Amino acid sequence: MAEAVRIPKPTPQPEDLNAEFYGWCAKGELRFQRCGDCRRWRHLPRVMCAACGSTRWTWEGSSGRGVVFSFTVTHQAMHPAFADDVPYAVVVVELEEGVRLVSGLRGLAPEQLALDLPVEVEFEPVSDEIALPYFRPRPA
Amino acid sequence: MSFAERTAIIGVGETDYVRGSEQSPTELMLEASRLAVADAGLQLTEIDGLIPPPGFSTAEELAANLGIEDLRYSTTHHQGGASPTASLQSAAMALCHGTAKHVLLPLGWNGYSALRPKPGTRRRGFGGGGANALLTTLRDYYAPYGATAPVQWYAWIAMRHKQLYRIPDEATGAVAIACRKHAQHNPRALMRGRPLDMEAYLASRWISTPFRLFDCCLETDGAAAVVLTTSERARDLPHRPVVVMGGAEGHPYPADDIPSRPDPFRIGLSFAAPKAFEMAGVQPHDVDFLCVYDCFTYVVLLQLEALGMCKRGEAADFVRDGAIELGGRYPLNPHGGLLSQAHVWGMNHIVEAVRQLRGDAGPAQVEGAELGVVTGWGDFGDGSLVVLRR
Repeated sequence: MAEAVRIPKPTPQPEDLNAEFYGWCAKGELRFQRCGDCRRWRHLPRVMCAACGSTRWTWEGSSGRGVVFSFTVTHQAMHPAFADDVPYAVVVVELEEGVRLVSGLRGLAPEQLALDLPVEVEFEPVSDEIALPYFRPRPA
Repeated sequence: MSFAERTAIIGVGETDYVRGSEQSPTELMLEASRLAVADAGLQLTEIDGLIPPPGFSTAEELAANLGIEDLRYSTTHHQGGASPTASLQSAAMALCHGTAKHVLLPLGWNGYSALRPKPGTRRRGFGGGGANALLTTLRDYYAPYGATAPVQWYAWIAMRHKQLYRIPDEATGAVAIACRKHAQHNPRALMRGRPLDMEAYLASRWISTPFRLFDCCLETDGAAAVVLTTSERARDLPHRPVVVMGGAEGHPYPADDIPSRPDPFRIGLSFAAPKAFEMAGVQPHDVDFLCVYDCFTYVVLLQLEALGMCKRGEAADFVRDGAIELGGRYPLNPHGGLLSQAHVWGMNHIVEAVRQLRGDAGPAQVEGAELGVVTGWGDFGDGSLVVLRR
């Protein structure tokens, strides 16, 4: 009998600035772009500051602390690779720096999720090149 | 220079809406296009403008099949389900400018069978979408966490809104039930003969919170098409013209990422609606019926607020007590919508609005319907709308 073929989960295929973001993640660092002129933080990565038009930026470290801004708990996987994970949460986290990003939840049952839940980042490698940031509850 | 009142919808056509078609999207669009052009009282050779959807076919392929020798204007909108209504704006601009005289808008796909190819049939890919900035966002930032589908992306907007404004489950239930009730009148509705009540709605399984099974629209194979011309030309044609009073498209900011929006509830329609109503010279509360893009029930609630039908956080009160059912003040999707008629990217909403304003809507006719609004929603919350008058 043939072994069941395991469908791999989709992984980021980052290029350019997105590859720089994931390059920091691979080192266990959550960094976001910060404008070199007006000093605003931003995410997703972009080539220009939408606030001041500057094309200068640096990648600066986030505290890794934030709160849950929104979430969904998926009960029916829309991609076969996640079928064994249900129910699972996909969260939007607002970091202390003000930027928000999509992530996954660790260390808490999905039904206990609530808006403004304090969370902190951790990293999980998914391939030799890619580590994904996840978030777990932290003391407020 | 505004296009207010200067153009009209003069023809509509639909294929059957089915789950499992042997026809390709191109074949489906050609059938709907021929029906719409015939309904307009025109010859196919009189069509000189064509606005196909993103993917599935091309203006060149459709024109070649339809015998359109002199295609003077073609474009395509990349706003997912907001594309058909936004295309009305582009058609109106092209007509007012004299670039084209008769513009055809076809929309067709195999939204059911592309994902479920039957053994022995020609396998066809999905073929939709086209190049789009959101694909990179999806690939690099959403999909790795299992957020691979609209039901999950839109849930981030809906869940925060639901919790902040304490929206009860019965509010989304009211949307699902209104569309299902209306589908019972419609021989073209896939959910005809399958009524739904609140108990069954609340008992349906979760797909991705806050969306249950009955919060999600259908998957459909089929096509619909409409034809527009100038209001002046429309007076010589068989049907009572349905006049485009105003229209607009809008994009949330930024359009290619949902979490980073300063105001998560400022959707594309929030930008577009005030412009369209101002152009039309009417207030949201003046409309006699609503055709609102209903890929998911909660997306309807967000759009009712963005339209200005009610204030932010008050959509639950707006949809209470049968207000959005036939016989209520603002009947919503009298054809059954994407939730209970068929999912053809809202082109069926435009077709229904035309039928309502012609007085041809049969048992679903809104009595005395003179003014209606049609909205579109797509991709990460792009929006569009038209205000139509008979």
